[in-house]
Amino acid sequence: MSTLAANAPGAAGGGLSDVAASEATLRRFLHGLPGVDQVGLESRAATLGTRSIKTTAKAFAIDLAISMIDLTTLEGADTAGKVRSLCAKGLHPDPTDRSVPQVAAICVYPDMVATAKEALRGSGVQVASVATAFPSGRAGLPVKLADTAEAVAAGADEIDMVIDRGAFLSGRYLEVFETIKAVKAACERPDGTSAHLKVIFETGELQTYDNVRRASWLAMIAGADFIKTSTGKVAVNATQPVTLLMLEAVRDFRAATGVQVGVKPAGGIRTTKDAMKYLVMVNETLGDDWLSPHWFRFGASSLLNDLLMQRQKLSTGRYSGPDYVTVD
Amino acid sequence: MAKTKKTETETGTGQPVRAGSLFAYAPAPESPAAAGEIATGYGHFIGGEFVDSSGSQALKTVNPATEQVLAEFAQGTEEDVDRAVRAARKAFADWSALPGSERAKYLFRIARIVQERSRELAVLESLDNGKPIRETRDVDLPLVAAHFFYYAGWADKLDFAGWGPNPRPLGVAAQVIPWNFPLLMLAWKIAPALATGNTVVLKPAETTPLTALRFAEICRQAGLPEGVVNIVTGDGRTGAALTAHPDVNKVAFTGSTPVGRAIAKQLAGTRTKLGLELGGKAANIVFDDAPLDQAVEGIVNGIFFNQGHVCCAGSRLLVQESVQDELLDALKRRMGTLRVGDPLDKNTDVGAINSAAQLARITELAAAGEQEGAERWAPECELPGAGYWFRPTLFTGVSQAHRIAREEIFGPVLSVLTFRTPAEAVEKANNTPYGLSAGIWTEKGSRILWMANRLRAGVVWANTFNKFDPTSPFGGYKESGYGREGGRHGLEAYLDV
Repeated sequence: MSTLAANAPGAAGGGLSDVAASEATLRRFLHGLPGVDQVGLESRAATLGTRSIKTTAKAFAIDLAISMIDLTTLEGADTAGKVRSLCAKGLHPDPTDRSVPQVAAICVYPDMVATAKEALRGSGVQVASVATAFPSGRAGLPVKLADTAEAVAAGADEIDMVIDRGAFLSGRYLEVFETIKAVKAACERPDGTSAHLKVIFETGELQTYDNVRRASWLAMIAGADFIKTSTGKVAVNATQPVTLLMLEAVRDFRAATGVQVGVKPAGGIRTTKDAMKYLVMVNETLGDDWLSPHWFRFGASSLLNDLLMQRQKLSTGRYSGPDYVTVD
Repeated sequence: MAKTKKTETETGTGQPVRAGSLFAYAPAPESPAAAGEIATGYGHFIGGEFVDSSGSQALKTVNPATEQVLAEFAQGTEEDVDRAVRAARKAFADWSALPGSERAKYLFRIARIVQERSRELAVLESLDNGKPIRETRDVDLPLVAAHFFYYAGWADKLDFAGWGPNPRPLGVAAQVIPWNFPLLMLAWKIAPALATGNTVVLKPAETTPLTALRFAEICRQAGLPEGVVNIVTGDGRTGAALTAHPDVNKVAFTGSTPVGRAIAKQLAGTRTKLGLELGGKAANIVFDDAPLDQAVEGIVNGIFFNQGHVCCAGSRLLVQESVQDELLDALKRRMGTLRVGDPLDKNTDVGAINSAAQLARITELAAAGEQEGAERWAPECELPGAGYWFRPTLFTGVSQAHRIAREEIFGPVLSVLTFRTPAEAVEKANNTPYGLSAGIWTEKGSRILWMANRLRAGVVWANTFNKFDPTSPFGGYKESGYGREGGRHGLEAYLDV
């Protein structure tokens, strides 16, 4: 019953091109993935959470975490001014210390892409845009594709799409698969390059770990560049066990196909201590190959200031307080 | 093995995941000073006092991670043992006459003091035993406190434990414990004995006496009446004098099967009640529908927890042939991330082997495994210069006839065997003189029940391993011993029922 092994090496097209040939084959593949034992997964995540990250390791991890942040504002009240100030923060997170790395990306709604793009021009900081009727995904395919195309046309480097959780939970896996493929196609630019596609599962709505593993493989086979836990808009967002499970999925996917996929936990990660726990999971599950902003991101906003305060504490020995970091 | 073994790079088209070198954890050592003051020399704890031995011989306990001497302690003589048994006998009348609710107060107090002093006790245990601070802090000490809390709760409810009204204690209990979980084994022995109204004389192992001696301080701090708990230190000779003492009513021994057998011979035909918790050679059985990543964690926890110094360790991995390559690749990858080294570093996963003698035994059996044709594998990892260390080791191609599949190694060495059908798994799992524990990994609930009914082992874990709880009885079949510790069953060992 070992689906991974049966499909992994040798078979045509990495073994995975055929699994989405029909609803039946896709279902058979996803339901044939090894099960996830909830107690075991949660206890492994908890044990990794007890790692003690001190001194030089902490300094390394803080800077790495800052460089992995998708600094995010996704509010109805967002304005061009708000987005511009967030971009300034992402470029120079600590105005008193130029050695602080810039963040990985600024994440906004599609209508703010042009503003962010302009503010970040030439910096290397990416512009990520949510799309496909974020956060619920409750719209028809043409609307989702138009949403995506608009963001790409406005200059988005990365697209964070949501899957239709209703379709997934009712077992319409092929529909979810085809949507991801279509959005991936919509990420292509006229010059032949393509915006990076992150696929959000909203794991808080998928509920079970088996569902998270299935969604991970579904998205990766459909061409996701990144798999992402959450929108940040529901009660349960990124958790350590869910992220650990997704890290195992990208590890197994690369072993099976040679294709490397990134992971982005998002929502609810607010403290340096939390960020350290996630980096420890990446380190001990995936190793060096994923320890860079190309392959691991934090979807967060308030996390950045806590990292900056801990960074100051580490270099000065004193804890400064929230008025010594900027609020943008 | 029918199949040829493949390395990870051969089974996938992609690159293998490499253990990280970018994000190297800086040392995060717990302070040895947190262990509190360690005296240069210790006597026994008898009748509520620390007393000198009647003999002059002293033993040394060393830190197995550094080989430095931590303290000297007395080699208990027959006279010392007799003195301790007399003190326990004297205390028995009043202690057993106390209402259960009064005995409970002392046990609750001890449990709370253990919690309050848990950091101190955890560090002391790591220093003396070599096990990582992560385990003493997160496993040993919480379980020690939990055991005292649990049996404190029983002390005034013995009428309802199933043996009719007012079940009587046995009298003086002689308790000999091993070095692998020094304080936890003490708790397993002392908590139920005291809750039921017995008094005890306990002998800790000669390589790990320090936490028992610290526990004696806790008994005084808790105001426990003198003579209820007595601790006599020494090696096997002291233990033999204790278990052979004519005035003990109960002998409880946890340790090796040969010593257990000797004690059973010694006590045959006497009225002394005996409980034995001995060796094991547990099968950890992985079916092809198992949750693989969690099974790998369970295998690692089953054999590398506490350096494999666990009587119920999952030292035989029985894996279904159809998933063996996949599972072994994952297991090797995971073993590559185990952090071996300083037990006081908070990030250490595998600490030091407890003694030079134990290291020699592990080394000898591992060499026998190679000679008999099994294939040996261990991850690259740097071991400290001083101290007793052994790499986490895996043997594949092991058959039932190999010594490493039959003898208890009591170290971080895993023997991998394969099976084809559930019936074969049961047959191989049971084909051992031992019967302490077993593990089953499958997503199919009906198969778990089918297997559990057929495995001759005292504990059967399903989709987990090495999980302990004071409410759950623990004990063996066959050469793993008899009697149960823990839970309601654990009361019976100390009651005249």
